[in-house]
Amino acid sequence: MNLALFRPELTLVVTAIAVILLDLFTERKKLLALVSIIGLAVSAVFAITMWGTFESAFYNMLAVDSFALFFKLLFIGIVVLVILASTDYVSKFERYQGEYYALLLLSALGMMLMAATKELISIYISLELASICLYTLSGFLKDKKSSEAALKYLLLGAISSAILLYGMALVFGATGETQLDKIFAAVQGMSLNTVSANPALILGIVLLIAGFGFKIAAFPFHMWVPDVYEGAPTPVVAYLSVGSKAAGFAVILRVFYSSFGGSNWLMANWGAIFAILAAAGMFLGNLTALPQTNIKRMLGYSSIAQAGYLMVGLAALGAAPFAPVLSESGVLFFLTGYALANLGAFAAIIAISNKTGSDEISDFSGMITRAPVLTLALSLSLISLIGMPPAAGFIAKFYIFSGAVHSGLLWLVILAVLNSVISAYYYLRVVKVMWFGEPASEEKVASSGALRLAVLISSLGVLVLGVYPQPVIDLARTAAKMLGF
Amino acid sequence: MQFSYLSTIVFLPLVGAILVALLGKGGREDLVRKLSLVFTAVPLMLAITAFFRFDRSAGAATFQFQEKAVWIPAIKANFYLGVDGLSLPMVVLTAFLGLTVVLISWKIHLRVREYFAWLLLLESSILGVFASLDLLLFFVFWEIEIIPMYFLISVWGSGRKEYSSIKYVIFTLSGSALMLAGILSVYLSTGTLNMVVLATHGLGVVQTIMPASAIFFLLLTGFAVKLPVFPLHTWLPDAHTDAPTAGSVMLAGALIKMGGYGIIRVVSFFPQIAKDYAPFLLTLAVISVLYGAALTLRQKDLKRMIAYSSVSHMGFVLLGVFALDQISLTGAALQMVSHGLLTGLMFAMAGLTIHNVEERNLDKLGGLARQMPIVAVVFSIAGLGSLGLPTTSGFAAEFITFAGAFSSTIVGGIQVFTILAVIGVVLAAGYILWLIQRTFYGPVKEQYNHVKDADALEKVYMFAFVALIMLVGIYPAILTDVINLGIKPIAGLFGG
Repeated sequence: MNLALFRPELTLVVTAIAVILLDLFTERKKLLALVSIIGLAVSAVFAITMWGTFESAFYNMLAVDSFALFFKLLFIGIVVLVILASTDYVSKFERYQGEYYALLLLSALGMMLMAATKELISIYISLELASICLYTLSGFLKDKKSSEAALKYLLLGAISSAILLYGMALVFGATGETQLDKIFAAVQGMSLNTVSANPALILGIVLLIAGFGFKIAAFPFHMWVPDVYEGAPTPVVAYLSVGSKAAGFAVILRVFYSSFGGSNWLMANWGAIFAILAAAGMFLGNLTALPQTNIKRMLGYSSIAQAGYLMVGLAALGAAPFAPVLSESGVLFFLTGYALANLGAFAAIIAISNKTGSDEISDFSGMITRAPVLTLALSLSLISLIGMPPAAGFIAKFYIFSGAVHSGLLWLVILAVLNSVISAYYYLRVVKVMWFGEPASEEKVASSGALRLAVLISSLGVLVLGVYPQPVIDLARTAAKMLGF
Repeated sequence: MQFSYLSTIVFLPLVGAILVALLGKGGREDLVRKLSLVFTAVPLMLAITAFFRFDRSAGAATFQFQEKAVWIPAIKANFYLGVDGLSLPMVVLTAFLGLTVVLISWKIHLRVREYFAWLLLLESSILGVFASLDLLLFFVFWEIEIIPMYFLISVWGSGRKEYSSIKYVIFTLSGSALMLAGILSVYLSTGTLNMVVLATHGLGVVQTIMPASAIFFLLLTGFAVKLPVFPLHTWLPDAHTDAPTAGSVMLAGALIKMGGYGIIRVVSFFPQIAKDYAPFLLTLAVISVLYGAALTLRQKDLKRMIAYSSVSHMGFVLLGVFALDQISLTGAALQMVSHGLLTGLMFAMAGLTIHNVEERNLDKLGGLARQMPIVAVVFSIAGLGSLGLPTTSGFAAEFITFAGAFSSTIVGGIQVFTILAVIGVVLAAGYILWLIQRTFYGPVKEQYNHVKDADALEKVYMFAFVALIMLVGIYPAILTDVINLGIKPIAGLFGG
């Protein structure tokens, strides 16, 4: 047992506790953000130095491999950006600023563990750790909408956890194992006939998809999304829109590839399920985003559609099990690009809404004269979400769809690219209002340095990934190769 | 190390756009204009130099001025530029129009810095499309172009500009979405994005993951929206009419040529399928010619009329391409350049007329030859070129296209299609003469007595346009010699 393997995680635990304690003694709350970021930076340094490690710990429950490390770095990056974007916003909270940062750190810890687990029970525990922090964070504004959001999120989240647990129980019942590699071996020995006679395994897999589908906001487990997105504090929405989704996909990739990847017919089946969910999710998300007037709600629906694009990668994985890491690394790259674009968009929205006090799209009118840099950044993020060059979203889509075409899913790719066109309409509507609308006042929108930094980092990231993506693709491919065994 | 002509030509306007955006703060409008002028003039000079340095000798490489660098090895995408005889004239045309639209826009006073930044970015992306030899790079430039055009129409346009701009975006994006699916299929069938390799080997011999004809149509649809081909043309009149003058010139002059250029490239990837489906596409071409001409006759808006005439004239390009004969393909390529010059000039003149007269309804215009004689003469030259009068580029292009198509032995029944399409020229004579007559001739209207004629700056670009139109009209070989070098290998695929 080598605890040193968990330096990144342990650093976060220590930082979270330090932040809570520091909160008691200091009046300068900005210090809390600084301490959190330092902790995250240290954690990131540990994770980078461990790149290339391939070990497991806690009796084969947790893996320390490039796949986990890729996601750990992604989560750290996400939380840093979220904290930078939060510093203005948290002044809205009268109390509990220390707890706010601590909960962010702890949920990041949960997500990091999610990416590393190789065993069903520890998946469940780390998922709950991440989720419970998020439920609390959603209610932090304590007004009517925020409380409603938190309650809704908690109730639906609890149900989905129960479903997930039930699925795990069934899988355990069918295979007799909770460790992913042993499930793999057990599944490998099964034939179509034995499973048809006793369909517990299939039912278990379906329930797992339902449980994880909630985390990634996939159709039809998306009911919580619009209300939570609208009601919860905006930085938290930014966080859960990318963090929770990335963590969900990390778990799905690991579970489905390294345990249910044992037999081809099984893969083809869950691949087909993901293909159908992807198609339905893209249409539902994009079509319902069209009439939205609240930008957070609109991004909520758009995130359902984005989950659909990501699931195209999963479907491709299921359809062509021996394809050379194209689909898996495509999902990882897409998640990175999506995280940057969405965080950039939310950071700009936070800055603008702080001034106007509204999340209605019509109140973004004429922002090009009031906040040119923020408008430019928000436009770039939205263009990336459409999937147009030169933004990261384009390369991400090209990459993930090329995996799908490779797996013979051209029909799904055609549906997906047509959906990108539908999405262009509502993303561009925001751009249109900002650039061509009449400004409500002449007053400039001021924003803090931290917020500007967050916007700058995300926008630059989106551009760099769109123009020169190879380094990140290399990382994603290395990470994806570790998947399995 | 050799001078990188193409990347300099392609990226200079982009550098200019960034400089304009950064330096033009605080109302330094004059600086913005001058910067834009420099950053479009230099690419034009380089493009002309490249045009004359292009190796025309027998045995010279088809694709010249090549530049290649690894871009995304994971998907075998390269930064790969190069031009052949087909794309080089397009590059020169785009660079020429890029410079003239800066002059045309000299009197814009609304959000000048943004305007010129978008205009320069637009030029960069169109040049990139013509110079790319890697399908992914090609597609990236293809998509980038949408954004500046969207902004140009929505902010500086007129009429129903917001409707027109989003319609433009949705049509183009839908087409390019299908094209993306097509590119992915090509890539995974052949394992390459290299357009040179694709053009020399074709896709006929490769085991494709889906029917090759389906890939062909996925790609073709994207280009057909742009060209435009009936029934995908409905965005064009709206976008052209409501765009600012410079936007219309760029749209009609260079942007829709990307469609025609793309179609010729696709034909070279799929020779057998292009041959099989030629009658179908020729039918669409004839419908585009005749239907477009019929619609043109009904228009009352000056710019809208020119816009619809583009639909008809682009039908000639499609006819020339799918006659699949070496001469007809050369004619189609020449028609693209010629139409770029003629319609570019027509839109410039229409914009000038509308700007000076403040009226665009043909019923209310009239007799303007008295008040603005120079504009009237230049407009008439462009119009007569457009209807194919000898000594103008329009005559050379249309004659070569029809002559080549009529004598093509590759597609059966081509004579019928050609004869039907020639009717389009007759109709063109009708609507163009009518347009000129109703705008410039007839009784002089007193209320337009204050209207000014072209000023010195406007005369400069008018003269440049007219000179080029005459040059190509009198000595078409200056272009056809080069175009032929690009067309020959493609026509060779059909045994022509």
